[in-house]
Amino acid sequence: MPAHGRIAAAAFRQHSTYRLATAAGVFTNTVFGLIRASILFAAIGTAGGELGGYTMLQAATYVWLGQALLAPIEAFGTREVSQRVHQGDIAVDLLRPVDLLTLHYAQKLGRAGFLVLARGLPPLAVGALVTGLALPEDPLSYLLGAVSLLLAITVAFLADMMVNLVAFWLVETRGLTVVYTATMNLLSGFLIPIVWFPDWLLAIARATPFPSMIQTPIDTLSGRVPPLEALGLMGVQLGWTALLAVAAWAMLRAGVRSVEVQGG
Amino acid sequence: MAEHEGTAAADRPVSTLRMVRTLYGSRLRSQASFRASFLADLLGQVLIVGTEFLELWVILTQVETLGGMTLPQVAVVYGLGALAFGIGDLFFGEIDGLSAQIRSGRLETLLIRPVPLLLQISSLDLSLRRLGRILVGLAMYATALGLAGFSPTPATLLLAALAPLAGALLFGALFTMAGALQFWLVDGREFANAFTYGGNYVATTPGAVFALPMRAFFTFVIPATLIAYAPALALLDLPGPALIPTWAGWLGLPAALLAWALALTLWRGGVRRYTGAGG
Repeated sequence: MPAHGRIAAAAFRQHSTYRLATAAGVFTNTVFGLIRASILFAAIGTAGGELGGYTMLQAATYVWLGQALLAPIEAFGTREVSQRVHQGDIAVDLLRPVDLLTLHYAQKLGRAGFLVLARGLPPLAVGALVTGLALPEDPLSYLLGAVSLLLAITVAFLADMMVNLVAFWLVETRGLTVVYTATMNLLSGFLIPIVWFPDWLLAIARATPFPSMIQTPIDTLSGRVPPLEALGLMGVQLGWTALLAVAAWAMLRAGVRSVEVQGG
Repeated sequence: MAEHEGTAAADRPVSTLRMVRTLYGSRLRSQASFRASFLADLLGQVLIVGTEFLELWVILTQVETLGGMTLPQVAVVYGLGALAFGIGDLFFGEIDGLSAQIRSGRLETLLIRPVPLLLQISSLDLSLRRLGRILVGLAMYATALGLAGFSPTPATLLLAALAPLAGALLFGALFTMAGALQFWLVDGREFANAFTYGGNYVATTPGAVFALPMRAFFTFVIPATLIAYAPALALLDLPGPALIPTWAGWLGLPAALLAWALALTLWRGGVRRYTGAGG
Protein backbone atom coordinates (compact mmCIF):
# COMPACT_ATOMS: atom_id res chain seq x y z
CA MET A 1 0.00 0.00 0.00
CA PRO A 2 2.68 2.64 0.74
CA ALA A 3 3.88 2.10 -2.85
CA HIS A 4 0.44 3.10 -4.12
CA GLY A 5 0.45 6.22 -1.96
CA ARG A 6 3.77 7.26 -3.45
CA ILE A 7 2.53 6.51 -6.99
CA ALA A 8 -0.53 8.70 -6.40
CA ALA A 9 1.60 11.51 -4.95
CA ALA A 10 3.96 11.31 -7.93
CA ALA A 11 1.04 11.52 -10.38
CA PHE A 12 -0.26 14.58 -8.50
CA ARG A 13 3.14 16.30 -8.69
CA GLN A 14 3.70 15.29 -12.30
CA HIS A 15 0.50 16.97 -13.42
CA SER A 16 1.08 20.08 -11.35
CA THR A 17 4.09 20.89 -13.56
CA TYR A 18 2.01 21.48 -16.69
CA ARG A 19 0.88 24.97 -15.72
CA LEU A 20 0.21 26.38 -19.18
CA ALA A 21 -1.64 23.23 -20.23
CA THR A 22 -3.78 23.49 -17.08
CA ALA A 23 -4.57 27.14 -17.76
CA ALA A 24 -5.47 26.28 -21.35
CA GLY A 25 -7.76 23.49 -20.16
CA VAL A 26 -9.49 25.77 -17.67
CA PHE A 27 -10.03 28.38 -20.38
CA THR A 28 -11.53 25.85 -22.80
CA ASN A 29 -13.73 24.20 -20.13
CA THR A 30 -15.04 27.66 -19.25
CA VAL A 31 -15.83 28.64 -22.85
CA PHE A 32 -17.70 25.36 -23.35
CA GLY A 33 -19.52 25.96 -20.06
CA LEU A 34 -20.75 29.33 -21.34
CA ILE A 35 -21.97 27.75 -24.60
CA ARG A 36 -23.72 24.86 -22.80
CA ALA A 37 -25.34 27.18 -20.26
CA SER A 38 -26.63 29.40 -23.12
CA ILE A 39 -28.37 26.45 -24.78
CA LEU A 40 -30.00 25.22 -21.56
CA PHE A 41 -31.02 28.76 -20.53
CA ALA A 42 -32.71 29.29 -23.91
CA ALA A 43 -34.64 26.03 -23.52
CA ILE A 44 -35.68 26.78 -19.91
CA GLY A 45 -36.61 30.34 -20.88
CA THR A 46 -38.89 29.06 -23.66
CA ALA A 47 -40.43 26.52 -21.26
CA GLY A 48 -41.32 29.35 -18.86
CA GLY A 49 -38.56 29.26 -16.23
CA GLU A 50 -38.50 25.56 -15.34
CA LEU A 51 -37.84 22.47 -17.42
CA GLY A 52 -37.82 18.84 -16.28
CA GLY A 53 -37.25 19.83 -12.66
CA TYR A 54 -34.44 22.29 -13.47
CA THR A 55 -34.65 26.05 -12.85
CA MET A 56 -32.15 28.39 -14.55
CA LEU A 57 -29.93 28.39 -11.46
CA GLN A 58 -30.03 24.60 -11.13
CA ALA A 59 -29.22 24.18 -14.83
CA ALA A 60 -26.27 26.57 -14.45
CA THR A 61 -25.03 24.57 -11.46
CA TYR A 62 -25.42 21.36 -13.44
CA VAL A 63 -23.41 22.78 -16.37
CA TRP A 64 -20.58 24.23 -14.24
CA LEU A 65 -20.23 21.13 -12.07
CA GLY A 66 -20.12 19.06 -15.27
CA GLN A 67 -17.36 21.25 -16.70
CA ALA A 68 -15.49 21.05 -13.39
CA LEU A 69 -15.67 17.24 -13.18
CA LEU A 70 -14.86 16.58 -16.85
CA ALA A 71 -11.08 16.59 -16.37
CA PRO A 72 -10.83 14.63 -13.07
CA ILE A 73 -13.28 11.97 -14.33
CA GLU A 74 -11.53 11.94 -17.73
CA ALA A 75 -14.85 11.84 -19.55
CA PHE A 76 -13.10 11.75 -22.93
CA GLY A 77 -11.29 8.51 -22.11
CA THR A 78 -7.61 7.66 -21.90
CA ARG A 79 -5.48 5.74 -24.38
CA GLU A 80 -2.30 5.11 -22.42
CA VAL A 81 -2.82 1.47 -21.48
CA SER A 82 -4.11 0.44 -24.92
CA GLN A 83 -1.05 2.07 -26.49
CA ARG A 84 1.26 0.24 -24.08
CA VAL A 85 -0.43 -3.04 -25.07
CA HIS A 86 -0.13 -2.08 -28.70
CA GLN A 87 3.57 -1.30 -28.46
CA GLY A 88 4.40 -4.27 -26.26
CA ASP A 89 5.41 -2.09 -23.29
CA ILE A 90 2.70 -3.85 -21.29
CA ALA A 91 5.14 -6.76 -20.84
CA VAL A 92 7.34 -4.46 -18.75
CA ASP A 93 4.34 -3.32 -16.71
CA LEU A 94 3.35 -6.90 -15.98
CA LEU A 95 6.80 -7.65 -14.58
CA ARG A 96 6.47 -4.91 -11.98
CA PRO A 97 5.77 -5.97 -8.40
CA VAL A 98 2.61 -3.81 -8.35
CA ASP A 99 -0.65 -5.11 -9.81
CA LEU A 100 -1.44 -3.34 -13.11
CA LEU A 101 -4.98 -2.24 -12.25
CA THR A 102 -4.18 -0.85 -8.80
CA LEU A 103 -1.05 0.85 -10.19
CA HIS A 104 -3.12 2.74 -12.74
CA TYR A 105 -5.87 3.40 -10.20
CA ALA A 106 -3.34 5.00 -7.84
CA GLN A 107 -2.05 7.15 -10.72
CA LYS A 108 -5.59 8.10 -11.64
CA LEU A 109 -6.42 9.16 -8.07
CA GLY A 110 -3.28 11.29 -7.83
CA ARG A 111 -4.04 12.90 -11.17
CA ALA A 112 -7.71 13.41 -10.27
CA GLY A 113 -6.73 15.01 -6.97
CA PHE A 114 -4.74 17.64 -8.83
CA LEU A 115 -7.33 18.09 -11.54
CA VAL A 116 -10.21 18.62 -9.09
CA LEU A 117 -8.32 21.55 -7.60
CA ALA A 118 -6.73 23.03 -10.72
CA ARG A 119 -9.25 22.26 -13.45
CA GLY A 120 -12.40 21.95 -11.33
CA LEU A 121 -12.47 24.97 -9.04
CA PRO A 122 -11.73 27.76 -11.61
CA PRO A 123 -14.73 27.03 -13.91
CA LEU A 124 -16.93 26.82 -10.79
CA ALA A 125 -15.66 30.24 -9.69
CA VAL A 126 -16.40 31.69 -13.14
CA GLY A 127 -19.85 30.08 -13.04
CA ALA A 128 -20.55 31.56 -9.61
CA LEU A 129 -19.67 35.01 -10.98
CA VAL A 130 -21.37 34.85 -14.38
CA THR A 131 -24.55 32.83 -13.82
CA GLY A 132 -24.61 32.08 -10.08
CA LEU A 133 -24.69 28.59 -8.56
CA ALA A 134 -27.32 26.78 -6.50
CA LEU A 135 -25.18 25.11 -3.84
CA PRO A 136 -26.63 23.01 -1.02
CA GLU A 137 -26.99 24.44 2.48
CA ASP A 138 -26.80 21.05 4.18
CA PRO A 139 -23.12 20.27 4.96
CA LEU A 140 -24.04 16.58 4.61
CA SER A 141 -24.52 17.11 0.85
CA TYR A 142 -20.86 18.14 0.50
CA LEU A 143 -19.66 15.06 2.36
CA LEU A 144 -21.89 12.75 0.30
CA GLY A 145 -20.86 14.64 -2.82
CA ALA A 146 -17.17 14.02 -2.13
CA VAL A 147 -17.76 10.28 -1.63
CA SER A 148 -19.98 10.13 -4.72
CA LEU A 149 -17.27 11.88 -6.74
CA LEU A 150 -14.68 9.34 -5.59
CA LEU A 151 -17.03 6.51 -6.62
CA ALA A 152 -17.70 8.22 -9.97
CA ILE A 153 -13.97 8.50 -10.66
CA THR A 154 -13.61 4.80 -9.77
CA VAL A 155 -16.46 3.63 -12.03
CA ALA A 156 -15.17 5.79 -14.92
CA PHE A 157 -11.65 4.45 -14.37
CA LEU A 158 -12.77 0.80 -14.46
CA ALA A 159 -14.92 1.19 -17.58
CA ASP A 160 -12.19 3.15 -19.35
CA MET A 161 -9.68 0.49 -18.37
CA MET A 162 -11.89 -2.22 -19.88
CA VAL A 163 -12.02 -0.28 -23.17
CA ASN A 164 -8.22 0.00 -23.06
CA LEU A 165 -7.76 -3.70 -22.31
CA VAL A 166 -9.63 -4.65 -25.49
CA ALA A 167 -6.29 -3.78 -27.14
CA PHE A 168 -5.15 -7.29 -26.13
CA TRP A 169 -7.46 -8.66 -28.83
CA LEU A 170 -7.92 -5.80 -31.32
CA VAL A 171 -4.98 -4.31 -33.17
CA GLU A 172 -6.40 -0.80 -33.27
CA THR A 173 -8.81 0.49 -30.60
CA ARG A 174 -9.18 4.13 -31.58
CA GLY A 175 -12.58 3.58 -33.17
CA LEU A 176 -13.79 1.77 -30.06
CA THR A 177 -12.61 4.65 -27.86
CA VAL A 178 -14.52 7.11 -30.01
CA VAL A 179 -17.70 5.00 -29.84
CA TYR A 180 -17.32 4.61 -26.06
CA THR A 181 -16.74 8.33 -25.51
CA ALA A 182 -19.73 9.39 -27.61
CA THR A 183 -22.01 6.92 -25.77
CA MET A 184 -20.64 7.94 -22.39
CA ASN A 185 -21.04 11.67 -22.98
CA LEU A 186 -24.69 11.21 -23.84
CA LEU A 187 -25.81 8.51 -21.38
CA SER A 188 -23.80 9.80 -18.41
CA GLY A 189 -25.90 12.96 -18.38
CA PHE A 190 -22.93 15.12 -19.27
CA LEU A 191 -24.53 16.78 -22.32
CA ILE A 192 -28.05 17.11 -20.92
CA PRO A 193 -29.62 15.92 -17.63
CA ILE A 194 -30.85 12.36 -18.14
CA VAL A 195 -34.25 13.21 -16.62
CA TRP A 196 -34.90 15.27 -19.76
CA PHE A 197 -34.58 12.13 -21.89
CA PRO A 198 -37.69 10.50 -23.33
CA ASP A 199 -38.64 7.41 -21.27
CA TRP A 200 -37.04 4.83 -23.56
CA LEU A 201 -33.68 6.62 -23.60
CA LEU A 202 -33.84 7.20 -19.84
CA ALA A 203 -34.44 3.47 -19.33
CA ILE A 204 -31.40 2.65 -21.49
CA ALA A 205 -29.24 5.16 -19.61
CA ARG A 206 -30.31 3.85 -16.20
CA ALA A 207 -29.38 0.29 -17.23
CA THR A 208 -25.76 1.35 -17.84
CA PRO A 209 -22.99 2.48 -15.46
CA PHE A 210 -22.74 5.84 -17.27
CA PRO A 211 -25.05 7.97 -15.04
CA SER A 212 -22.93 6.81 -12.07
CA MET A 213 -19.98 8.63 -13.64
CA ILE A 214 -21.37 12.16 -14.02
CA GLN A 215 -25.10 12.62 -13.30
CA THR A 216 -24.91 11.07 -9.81
CA PRO A 217 -21.97 13.11 -8.46
CA ILE A 218 -23.48 16.30 -9.91
CA ASP A 219 -26.89 15.58 -8.37
CA THR A 220 -25.31 14.75 -5.02
CA LEU A 221 -22.86 17.67 -4.95
CA SER A 222 -25.46 20.22 -6.00
CA GLY A 223 -27.94 18.95 -3.42
CA ARG A 224 -30.58 18.63 -6.14
CA VAL A 225 -31.13 15.12 -4.85
CA PRO A 226 -31.81 15.01 -1.08
CA PRO A 227 -29.24 13.06 1.02
CA LEU A 228 -31.43 9.98 1.52
CA GLU A 229 -32.03 9.58 -2.22
CA ALA A 230 -28.35 10.30 -2.87
CA LEU A 231 -27.44 7.35 -0.64
CA GLY A 232 -29.49 5.07 -2.90
CA LEU A 233 -27.71 6.41 -6.00
CA MET A 234 -24.37 5.88 -4.30
CA GLY A 235 -25.40 2.29 -3.64
CA VAL A 236 -25.86 1.94 -7.41
CA GLN A 237 -22.37 3.43 -7.89
CA LEU A 238 -20.95 0.89 -5.44
CA GLY A 239 -22.68 -1.94 -7.30
CA TRP A 240 -21.17 -0.84 -10.61
CA THR A 241 -17.76 -0.46 -8.98
CA ALA A 242 -17.85 -4.07 -7.78
CA LEU A 243 -19.18 -5.45 -11.07
CA LEU A 244 -16.73 -3.54 -13.27
CA ALA A 245 -13.79 -4.31 -10.99
CA VAL A 246 -14.44 -8.05 -11.36
CA ALA A 247 -14.94 -7.70 -15.12
CA ALA A 248 -11.80 -5.59 -15.63
CA TRP A 249 -9.75 -8.01 -13.55
CA ALA A 250 -11.07 -11.00 -15.55
CA MET A 251 -10.28 -9.18 -18.82
CA LEU A 252 -6.75 -8.45 -17.68
CA ARG A 253 -6.19 -12.12 -16.72
CA ALA A 254 -7.53 -13.40 -20.03
CA GLY A 255 -5.56 -10.76 -21.92
CA VAL A 256 -2.30 -11.60 -20.21
CA ARG A 257 -2.78 -15.25 -21.11
CA SER A 258 -3.37 -14.44 -24.78
CA VAL A 259 -0.71 -11.77 -25.11
CA GLU A 260 2.23 -12.37 -27.36
CA VAL A 261 5.06 -9.92 -27.08
CA GLN A 262 7.64 -9.93 -29.81
CA GLY A 263 11.23 -8.91 -29.53
CA GLY A 264 13.67 -9.58 -26.76
CA MET B 1 -2.92 22.70 -70.34
CA ALA B 2 -1.72 19.14 -69.78
CA GLU B 3 1.10 19.45 -72.30
CA HIS B 4 2.26 22.72 -70.80
CA GLU B 5 2.39 21.09 -67.42
CA GLY B 6 4.37 18.21 -68.89
CA THR B 7 7.12 20.46 -70.23
CA ALA B 8 7.12 22.52 -67.05
CA ALA B 9 7.55 19.36 -65.00
CA ALA B 10 10.83 18.67 -66.80
CA ASP B 11 12.19 22.03 -65.65
CA ARG B 12 10.93 22.02 -62.10
CA PRO B 13 11.42 19.03 -59.79
CA VAL B 14 7.74 18.45 -58.92
CA SER B 15 4.70 20.64 -59.50
CA THR B 16 2.64 21.58 -56.46
CA LEU B 17 -0.37 19.83 -57.93
CA ARG B 18 1.56 16.61 -58.38
CA MET B 19 2.94 16.94 -54.87
CA VAL B 20 -0.57 17.30 -53.45
CA ARG B 21 -1.71 14.29 -55.44
CA THR B 22 1.23 12.13 -54.31
CA LEU B 23 0.95 13.13 -50.66
CA TYR B 24 -2.77 12.61 -50.34
CA GLY B 25 -2.69 9.47 -52.50
CA SER B 26 -0.20 7.78 -50.19
CA ARG B 27 -2.27 8.64 -47.11
CA LEU B 28 -5.40 7.22 -48.69
CA ARG B 29 -3.68 3.97 -49.70
CA SER B 30 -2.20 3.49 -46.24
CA GLN B 31 -5.61 3.85 -44.60
CA ALA B 32 -7.37 1.52 -46.98
CA SER B 33 -5.17 -1.29 -45.65
CA PHE B 34 -6.74 -1.38 -42.15
CA ARG B 35 -10.34 -2.00 -43.05
CA ALA B 36 -11.87 -3.11 -39.71
CA SER B 37 -10.26 -0.27 -37.82
CA PHE B 38 -11.36 2.18 -40.50
CA LEU B 39 -14.97 0.99 -40.26
CA ALA B 40 -14.94 1.34 -36.46
CA ASP B 41 -13.52 4.85 -36.81
CA LEU B 42 -16.16 5.76 -39.36
CA LEU B 43 -18.94 4.41 -37.15
CA GLY B 44 -17.48 6.34 -34.23
CA GLN B 45 -17.63 9.59 -36.18
CA VAL B 46 -21.24 8.94 -37.20
CA LEU B 47 -22.09 8.23 -33.57
CA ILE B 48 -20.45 11.46 -32.37
CA VAL B 49 -22.53 13.50 -34.79
CA GLY B 50 -25.60 11.50 -33.75
CA THR B 51 -25.16 12.05 -30.01
CA GLU B 52 -24.38 15.73 -30.50
CA PHE B 53 -27.58 16.18 -32.45
CA LEU B 54 -29.49 14.03 -29.95
CA GLU B 55 -28.72 16.72 -27.38
CA LEU B 56 -30.64 19.28 -29.44
CA TRP B 57 -33.35 16.75 -30.28
CA VAL B 58 -33.96 15.88 -26.60
CA ILE B 59 -34.31 19.59 -25.78
CA LEU B 60 -36.77 20.01 -28.65
CA THR B 61 -38.92 17.14 -27.36
CA GLN B 62 -39.38 19.29 -24.22
CA VAL B 63 -39.89 22.73 -25.82
CA GLU B 64 -41.40 23.83 -29.15
CA THR B 65 -38.51 26.01 -30.28
CA LEU B 66 -34.86 26.58 -29.39
CA GLY B 67 -33.54 30.07 -30.09
CA GLY B 68 -36.72 30.67 -32.08
CA MET B 69 -36.17 27.67 -34.37
CA THR B 70 -38.22 24.49 -34.76
CA LEU B 71 -36.62 21.02 -34.94
CA PRO B 72 -36.28 20.93 -38.78
CA GLN B 73 -34.82 24.45 -38.75
CA VAL B 74 -32.36 23.51 -36.00
CA ALA B 75 -31.45 20.43 -38.06
CA VAL B 76 -30.56 22.67 -41.03
CA VAL B 77 -28.18 24.63 -38.79
CA TYR B 78 -26.74 21.45 -37.29
CA GLY B 79 -26.36 19.61 -40.60
CA LEU B 80 -24.75 22.56 -42.35
CA GLY B 81 -22.39 23.18 -39.42
CA ALA B 82 -21.41 19.51 -39.22
CA LEU B 83 -20.82 19.34 -42.97
CA ALA B 84 -18.63 22.46 -42.96
CA PHE B 85 -16.68 21.32 -39.90
CA GLY B 86 -16.25 17.83 -41.39
CA ILE B 87 -14.68 19.19 -44.60
CA GLY B 88 -12.50 21.68 -42.73
CA ASP B 89 -11.43 18.99 -40.26
CA LEU B 90 -10.62 16.51 -43.06
CA PHE B 91 -8.05 18.84 -44.59
CA PHE B 92 -6.85 20.97 -41.69
CA GLY B 93 -7.81 19.08 -38.51
CA GLU B 94 -4.29 17.83 -37.86
CA ILE B 95 -2.67 21.24 -37.67
CA ASP B 96 -3.75 21.70 -34.07
CA GLY B 97 -1.52 18.73 -33.19
CA LEU B 98 1.52 20.80 -34.11
CA SER B 99 2.72 20.99 -30.51
CA ALA B 100 3.25 17.20 -30.50
CA GLN B 101 5.34 17.52 -33.67
CA ILE B 102 7.37 20.29 -32.08
CA ARG B 103 7.94 18.43 -28.82
CA SER B 104 9.00 15.20 -30.51
CA GLY B 105 11.39 17.03 -32.84
CA ARG B 106 9.57 15.70 -35.91
CA LEU B 107 8.93 19.22 -37.15
CA GLU B 108 12.60 19.58 -38.12
CA THR B 109 12.27 16.63 -40.47
CA LEU B 110 9.28 18.24 -42.12
CA LEU B 111 10.96 21.65 -42.38
CA ILE B 112 13.96 20.41 -44.39
CA ARG B 113 11.75 18.79 -47.03
CA PRO B 114 11.11 20.85 -50.16
CA VAL B 115 7.35 20.75 -49.60
CA PRO B 116 5.37 23.57 -47.95
CA LEU B 117 5.03 22.81 -44.24
CA LEU B 118 1.31 23.57 -44.12
CA LEU B 119 0.66 21.07 -46.92
CA GLN B 120 2.69 18.33 -45.21
CA ILE B 121 1.00 18.75 -41.86
CA SER B 122 -2.49 18.98 -43.30
CA SER B 123 -1.94 15.68 -45.11
CA LEU B 124 -0.14 13.89 -42.24
CA ASP B 125 -3.22 12.15 -40.98
CA LEU B 126 -5.82 12.82 -43.62
CA SER B 127 -8.33 10.56 -41.97
CA LEU B 128 -11.04 9.13 -44.09
CA ARG B 129 -12.96 8.38 -40.88
CA ARG B 130 -13.81 12.07 -40.97
CA LEU B 131 -15.98 11.26 -43.97
CA GLY B 132 -18.46 9.94 -41.37
CA ARG B 133 -19.22 13.44 -40.14
CA ILE B 134 -19.34 14.81 -43.67
CA LEU B 135 -21.81 12.18 -44.88
CA VAL B 136 -24.14 12.52 -41.89
CA GLY B 137 -23.92 16.30 -42.08
CA LEU B 138 -24.72 16.33 -45.78
CA ALA B 139 -27.67 13.94 -45.39
CA MET B 140 -29.07 15.94 -42.49
CA TYR B 141 -28.56 19.28 -44.27
CA ALA B 142 -30.35 18.15 -47.44
CA THR B 143 -33.21 16.37 -45.61
CA ALA B 144 -33.77 19.17 -43.12
CA LEU B 145 -33.82 21.81 -45.87
CA GLY B 146 -36.67 19.86 -47.47
CA LEU B 147 -38.58 19.52 -44.19
CA ALA B 148 -38.04 23.12 -43.10
CA GLY B 149 -39.72 24.60 -46.19
CA PHE B 150 -36.75 25.68 -48.30
CA SER B 151 -37.96 27.43 -51.45
CA PRO B 152 -35.28 27.22 -54.13
CA THR B 153 -34.47 30.28 -56.22
CA PRO B 154 -31.20 30.76 -58.13
CA ALA B 155 -29.90 32.90 -55.27
CA THR B 156 -30.83 30.50 -52.45
CA LEU B 157 -29.57 27.49 -54.39
CA LEU B 158 -26.23 29.25 -54.88
CA LEU B 159 -26.09 30.05 -51.17
CA ALA B 160 -27.04 26.48 -50.24
CA ALA B 161 -24.09 25.15 -52.26
CA LEU B 162 -21.67 27.90 -51.26
CA ALA B 163 -22.35 27.88 -47.51
CA PRO B 164 -20.73 24.48 -46.67
CA LEU B 165 -17.60 25.43 -48.62
CA ALA B 166 -17.31 28.89 -47.06
CA GLY B 167 -17.85 27.28 -43.65
CA ALA B 168 -15.17 24.66 -44.34
CA LEU B 169 -12.76 27.44 -45.34
CA LEU B 170 -13.55 29.29 -42.13
CA PHE B 171 -12.91 26.19 -40.03
CA GLY B 172 -9.70 25.58 -42.00
CA ALA B 173 -8.54 29.10 -41.13
CA LEU B 174 -9.43 28.54 -37.47
CA PHE B 175 -7.45 25.28 -37.40
CA THR B 176 -4.47 26.99 -39.06
CA MET B 177 -4.58 29.83 -36.52
CA ALA B 178 -4.81 27.26 -33.74
CA GLY B 179 -1.74 25.52 -35.16
CA ALA B 180 0.19 28.77 -35.59
CA LEU B 181 -0.54 29.70 -31.98
CA GLN B 182 1.41 26.64 -30.87
CA PHE B 183 4.68 28.06 -32.13
CA TRP B 184 4.28 30.45 -29.22
CA LEU B 185 2.39 28.23 -26.73
CA VAL B 186 3.71 24.69 -27.05
CA ASP B 187 1.78 23.44 -24.01
CA GLY B 188 -1.33 25.43 -24.78
CA ARG B 189 -3.03 23.21 -27.34
CA GLU B 190 -6.31 23.33 -25.45
CA PHE B 191 -6.56 27.14 -25.78
CA ALA B 192 -7.00 26.53 -29.47
CA ASN B 193 -9.70 23.91 -28.86
CA ALA B 194 -11.91 26.62 -27.39
CA PHE B 195 -11.96 28.29 -30.81
CA THR B 196 -11.93 25.28 -33.14
CA TYR B 197 -14.17 22.77 -31.34
CA GLY B 198 -15.89 25.59 -29.45
CA GLY B 199 -16.48 27.27 -32.80
CA ASN B 200 -18.02 24.03 -34.06
CA TYR B 201 -20.32 23.87 -31.02
CA VAL B 202 -21.47 27.45 -31.60
CA ALA B 203 -21.80 26.97 -35.36
CA THR B 204 -24.14 23.98 -34.93
CA THR B 205 -26.41 25.87 -32.49
CA PRO B 206 -29.15 28.44 -33.25
CA GLY B 207 -27.23 31.69 -32.63
CA ALA B 208 -30.18 33.42 -30.93
CA VAL B 209 -29.63 31.33 -27.77
CA PHE B 210 -26.50 33.34 -26.95
CA ALA B 211 -26.66 36.50 -24.86
CA LEU B 212 -25.51 39.63 -26.73
CA PRO B 213 -21.84 39.76 -25.64
CA MET B 214 -21.28 36.11 -26.62
CA ARG B 215 -23.22 36.52 -29.85
CA ALA B 216 -21.05 39.53 -30.74
CA PHE B 217 -17.84 37.63 -29.93
CA PHE B 218 -18.84 34.59 -31.99
CA THR B 219 -19.90 36.78 -34.94
CA PHE B 220 -17.30 39.55 -35.12
CA VAL B 221 -14.21 37.97 -33.50
CA ILE B 222 -14.62 34.24 -34.14
CA PRO B 223 -17.24 34.28 -36.91
CA ALA B 224 -18.84 30.94 -35.94
CA THR B 225 -22.46 32.11 -36.25
CA LEU B 226 -21.75 33.04 -39.90
CA ILE B 227 -20.92 29.40 -40.72
CA ALA B 228 -24.34 27.77 -40.43
CA TYR B 229 -26.79 29.83 -38.40
CA ALA B 230 -26.74 32.96 -40.55
CA PRO B 231 -26.89 31.03 -43.87
CA ALA B 232 -29.79 28.96 -42.46
CA LEU B 233 -31.68 32.17 -41.69
CA ALA B 234 -31.13 33.37 -45.26
CA LEU B 235 -31.99 29.98 -46.81
CA LEU B 236 -35.23 29.64 -44.84
CA ASP B 237 -36.02 33.38 -44.99
CA LEU B 238 -36.27 33.73 -41.21
CA PRO B 239 -35.76 37.00 -39.31
CA GLY B 240 -32.49 37.10 -37.37
CA PRO B 241 -31.87 38.26 -33.79
CA ALA B 242 -29.98 41.45 -32.92
CA LEU B 243 -26.52 41.62 -34.58
CA ILE B 244 -27.31 38.80 -37.05
CA PRO B 245 -29.65 40.07 -39.78
CA THR B 246 -30.90 37.61 -42.42
CA TRP B 247 -28.52 38.99 -45.09
CA ALA B 248 -25.55 38.10 -42.86
CA GLY B 249 -26.00 34.63 -44.35
CA TRP B 250 -23.97 35.86 -47.33
CA LEU B 251 -21.02 36.99 -45.22
CA GLY B 252 -19.45 33.54 -44.78
CA LEU B 253 -17.12 33.74 -47.79
CA PRO B 254 -15.78 37.27 -47.15
CA ALA B 255 -15.25 36.34 -43.49
CA ALA B 256 -13.41 33.17 -44.57
CA LEU B 257 -11.08 35.11 -46.86
CA LEU B 258 -10.33 37.60 -44.11
CA ALA B 259 -9.70 34.78 -41.65
CA TRP B 260 -7.31 33.04 -44.07
CA ALA B 261 -5.32 36.25 -44.61
CA LEU B 262 -4.90 36.47 -40.85
CA ALA B 263 -4.20 32.74 -40.47
CA LEU B 264 -1.46 32.70 -43.11
CA THR B 265 0.20 35.79 -41.59
CA LEU B 266 0.17 34.13 -38.18
CA TRP B 267 1.45 30.85 -39.62
CA ARG B 268 4.37 32.52 -41.45
CA GLY B 269 5.24 34.48 -38.33
CA GLY B 270 5.23 31.26 -36.32
CA VAL B 271 7.40 29.32 -38.75
CA ARG B 272 9.87 32.21 -38.95
CA ARG B 273 10.02 32.41 -35.18
CA TYR B 274 10.59 28.68 -34.75
CA THR B 275 14.13 27.89 -33.72
CA GLY B 276 13.87 24.15 -33.19
CA ALA B 277 13.36 21.88 -30.22
CA GLY B 278 17.06 21.17 -29.82
CA GLY B 279 18.98 18.09 -30.83
